[in-house]
Amino acid sequence: MGKLSSDDVKHVAQLAKLSLTGQEVKKFQKQLEKVIDYISELNEIDIKNVEPTSQMTGLTNVYRNDKVVSENCLSQENALSGTSKKHNGYFVVEALLTERGDA
Amino acid sequence: MLNMEPLAIKQTQEGLFAKKFSTVEIVENYLKRINKNNDRLNIFLTVTSDEARAGAKRTDNLIGRYKNIEEARKDFPLFGVVVAHKDLFLTRGVRTTAGSKLLTDYMPQYSASVVNRLEDAGAIMIGKVNCDAWAHGSSGENSDFGSTKNPWNEEYVPGGSSSGSGAAVASGLSAIATGTDTGGSIRMPASFCGVVGLKPTYGAVSRYGVIAMASSLDSVGHFTLTTDDSKMVFDITRGEDGKDSTVKSEISKQKSVNSKLRIGIPKEFLTEGVDSQVAKTVAEAVNVFKKDGVEFKQISLPHTKYGNLAYYIIQPAEVSSNLARYDGIRYGHRRSVFGDESKRRIMLGTYVLSAGYYDAYYLKAMKVRSKIIEDFNRVFDSSADGVDAIIAPVSPTPPFKAGEKIDDPIKMYLADVFTVSANLAGIPALALPFGFSTAGLPLGFQLMGHRFGENLLFELGRRFEQLTDFTPKIAID
Repeated sequence: MGKLSSDDVKHVAQLAKLSLTGQEVKKFQKQLEKVIDYISELNEIDIKNVEPTSQMTGLTNVYRNDKVVSENCLSQENALSGTSKKHNGYFVVEALLTERGDA
Repeated sequence: MLNMEPLAIKQTQEGLFAKKFSTVEIVENYLKRINKNNDRLNIFLTVTSDEARAGAKRTDNLIGRYKNIEEARKDFPLFGVVVAHKDLFLTRGVRTTAGSKLLTDYMPQYSASVVNRLEDAGAIMIGKVNCDAWAHGSSGENSDFGSTKNPWNEEYVPGGSSSGSGAAVASGLSAIATGTDTGGSIRMPASFCGVVGLKPTYGAVSRYGVIAMASSLDSVGHFTLTTDDSKMVFDITRGEDGKDSTVKSEISKQKSVNSKLRIGIPKEFLTEGVDSQVAKTVAEAVNVFKKDGVEFKQISLPHTKYGNLAYYIIQPAEVSSNLARYDGIRYGHRRSVFGDESKRRIMLGTYVLSAGYYDAYYLKAMKVRSKIIEDFNRVFDSSADGVDAIIAPVSPTPPFKAGEKIDDPIKMYLADVFTVSANLAGIPALALPFGFSTAGLPLGFQLMGHRFGENLLFELGRRFEQLTDFTPKIAID
């Protein structure tokens, strides 16, 4: 299998929203290259005409009634309990939009 | 009542009814043992002493209301039983970390289905136990809160990822413990700590409220001192809860206890890579069963040798997707807080799923998985002279020393080579303790069975315990 360059590591890290230090890039490049080498042994197997499996117990679609069950819902107070930044029953977050000067 | 030996569930309940001890005394005894040993072994991340004490009082009052033990068991099958939850299980109002600093102050607003079911059955939660962060690891060394130590010898690993769960039961700090098994995370620590560990059929137990690792592989199980205890807990946790759509309340038809049973020995699992002490343990277990008239047959599962390769593609792929939700918005801390192993798995998973590589890795691994399932279906096929169960080692080596494999991911991943097949095929497996290594650490083996055929594994486990005059051994006084 091909070599894993440090640019590849940076690219994958970016896709995964991980910010790595230069030292981490070096370390992970070495380690991940070994792992990718290892899993590439899978190429030995002939799996032409084999269907992939993602579910083993034969379930297909499982439905439930589209009904609100109040005991499965969090109260507003509970839903907000994980933050210290709240206002009038809302989460306080930084503004996403800024006012445009040209409007 | 000082230094009470931890007991199996049945003995605990009989003792309570015979007034040999009270639930309050049981709980105090566990708390004392935790206090005395936890700094050294690093098993508990949170001890819920107040809640446990209150639960004990409630239980003692409750027992007084029943005339006999059967009636009490009917309403509260697990009364008097103390449980520790892997810190991957959400517990309402009790901090849940997944062994990661990223969730260091996360307080769940609801409990996992399994946590609720055990509580409703009368079990008393005593705390939350350590694990490899996000359940990523085979040794317990990847926890952001420090490694758990093997209670038989602190220089050795307890196995992972449910490291605290195995160590808690083995050291008598809890009667039972919950765990999760995605590629061996229950069987490995059960075997390394010398207790009984059940990895149920995929979809037998609800994963609702259990922090997800790899969703097509995760199964929720437990650690106990005996096989009977394992069955008692499974009878409570199994079955549909309406909250996890992969759960099926199925129980496969069981052979009668007295019928002739046949166990398969897969030749691929006893190769030159297996430590001689591990191979000997499996051979001795085979002899124990043989003397009781169980028949053995060599079988071949040719694709299981690719199991670990497929596992280390499918699992990181699903990990990368499940951990994407920890984006710093909903749970606070930023993604830079992830430990090395989690970062490796996230990147590996992202790589195998990324454009140009999906077909070569992920899709291929899912096809190999089909071949592994075919292998198992073939050897279990009763219309074609199939076997009732399969016996195999849990880990290719006895428990290893801390630090031995932690810097070499491949070495660590190879520890899972015999456990991942059951996860890929979705079949149940029961890890049983049997003997000790020359270094004085526990050895054991696993029995794998038909999908939803846990009861036969329990039957075999019970028979094995009777044949070997098994009594649970606790690692520390």
